[in-house]
Amino acid sequence: MSRPTTMTMRDSFIGTLCDRMATDEAIFFLVADLGAPALDRIRNEYPQRFINVGIAEQNLINVATGLALEGFSVYTYAIAPFITMRAYEQARVNLAVSSQIRPVNVTMLGLGGGVSYVVSGPTHHCLEDLAIMRLLPNMSVYCPSDWVVAAQLVDYTRTTRGPKYIRFDGKALPALYADPAAVDLQKGFARLAPGSDICLVSTGFMSHRAFKVAQERPGVGVIDIFSLKPCDESALAAALASYSHVITMEEGFINNGGLDSLVTKVVREHELRCRQHPVGFNDRYVFELGSRDHLHAINDMDEAAVIALTDRLRAA
Amino acid sequence: MTVNLEALASKARWVWAETLRMHRLAPETRVASSLSAVEIFTTLYYGDLLAHNGGDPRWEGRDRLIVSKGHGSISLFPILADRGFFDKAELDRVCQEGSFLGGIPDTIIPGYETINGSLGHGIGVACGMALGLKRKRSSNHIFVVAGDGEFCEGSMWEGVMFAAHHRLDNLTVIIDNNKLCMLDRCENIMTVEPFDRRFEAFGWEARRVDGHDVPALHQALTALKQRGATGRPAVLIADTVKGKGVPELEQDTLCHISTLTAAEIDRATGGER
Repeated sequence: MSRPTTMTMRDSFIGTLCDRMATDEAIFFLVADLGAPALDRIRNEYPQRFINVGIAEQNLINVATGLALEGFSVYTYAIAPFITMRAYEQARVNLAVSSQIRPVNVTMLGLGGGVSYVVSGPTHHCLEDLAIMRLLPNMSVYCPSDWVVAAQLVDYTRTTRGPKYIRFDGKALPALYADPAAVDLQKGFARLAPGSDICLVSTGFMSHRAFKVAQERPGVGVIDIFSLKPCDESALAAALASYSHVITMEEGFINNGGLDSLVTKVVREHELRCRQHPVGFNDRYVFELGSRDHLHAINDMDEAAVIALTDRLRAA
Repeated sequence: MTVNLEALASKARWVWAETLRMHRLAPETRVASSLSAVEIFTTLYYGDLLAHNGGDPRWEGRDRLIVSKGHGSISLFPILADRGFFDKAELDRVCQEGSFLGGIPDTIIPGYETINGSLGHGIGVACGMALGLKRKRSSNHIFVVAGDGEFCEGSMWEGVMFAAHHRLDNLTVIIDNNKLCMLDRCENIMTVEPFDRRFEAFGWEARRVDGHDVPALHQALTALKQRGATGRPAVLIADTVKGKGVPELEQDTLCHISTLTAAEIDRATGGER
């Protein structure tokens, strides 16, 4: 099958899921009034298993819970900040708490992670989701970096019971993975570039930035983390062991429970010798307008800033 | 099956006394809001209304009961034990170390469908279950027992709209309408009535009944469960008294968190077991 090299994660995921709905009659797809080109197929082909609950994220999660308790595999789709934060208590009680006793197969799909809705401002930016969803026991958290990983998540989420959150970037992005077999969801991460002294550990959109930095600065390694929870921490520790510096890169608030916290835990528990440098948004919301590159530049997250950081570390 | 209404009322009296006995053992239990729902739970479980199997709590052929006002369902514990969901000896260990019968019941208790204690979730989850049962072509019914004060939560009304829009006529919500929140009468805090006109405006079928009148409850619930494919979900507003049968509670608008003394319990029950 020939596919374009650039695609949105949501269209890749939803398209593959729609294929599965032909044979897996347990799948329901629920949305809080949010569309996607690939979603039109589900709406047309499986109207009995597609429900738009309206602009009501709390009810989205509640109805999904009820369906899941009756044995269905339910996918819920809404804008990332609203599905995670408007309905956080529903996710906590009905998905995370409940699943400790009686696992429910609900996968929350949040569209527009980070600042991918660039000019929509702080309500539509989603810089908290990875940290707050990772905080919930029993909840798995995925942040794919391209449409190849997103497609791989379909069968995994169908067949692995329990609640999950997937952050989709809002924009069409090129593939980072040529071979889907490189995506080991049990392991949770993959090496995109080998390195010697500095490793960039990134997730989601930032893995594209990291990959470009590595092309500019040979010897800088890149590890893409697509599953923040669960993640094979021993394998990650082994992958990081030889580096002197680890730069974490995420479109989220740093020092507050996101990707950098995961890496900190691995470094601490495995007594790694590397120093950590978190790249991401500091403790303030982003009202400034401009391109995604501009928002990154003013927050020291663009390629130039990360390259400068690697150069400083090497010069020191 | 003919239901003996006198036996049903006398069972309700036993449940009421057991609820007080458990409160004596575990003063942390929310006794007042549990007492207002005694007849509702008793009628569901003993009035041939809620298909269930104590030996197999997740039996596919069961009707589903979601206790949205979870903390006010200590009165369901003796019923579940009596119906074989767990050993009656467990009742004596309520809230003790190692027991599964806590002050706010959860799915670790056989017979409970969902996590409770956080208000406002019951109707939405019930909507998903009702929809799921319809898709499975099941004829089983979903009941939700909700508190009146719980309707201050906006998520309840999100579920109310969903149920009507999706024509969930296999769903019946029972409002334990005891008129009290934690701090005051609901009407002084936030107007939730008139429930009947509000639900009817949302497309539901609504009835009102004296929630302590067992024959009336039984008749109303039977009619609502057997209403057939009307395309409309139903609500039964059960007018109740918080702390029913215990004067110290009935007369106290702050009774939600009240703890009764052993003497008060003895006086109310006349020492009955």
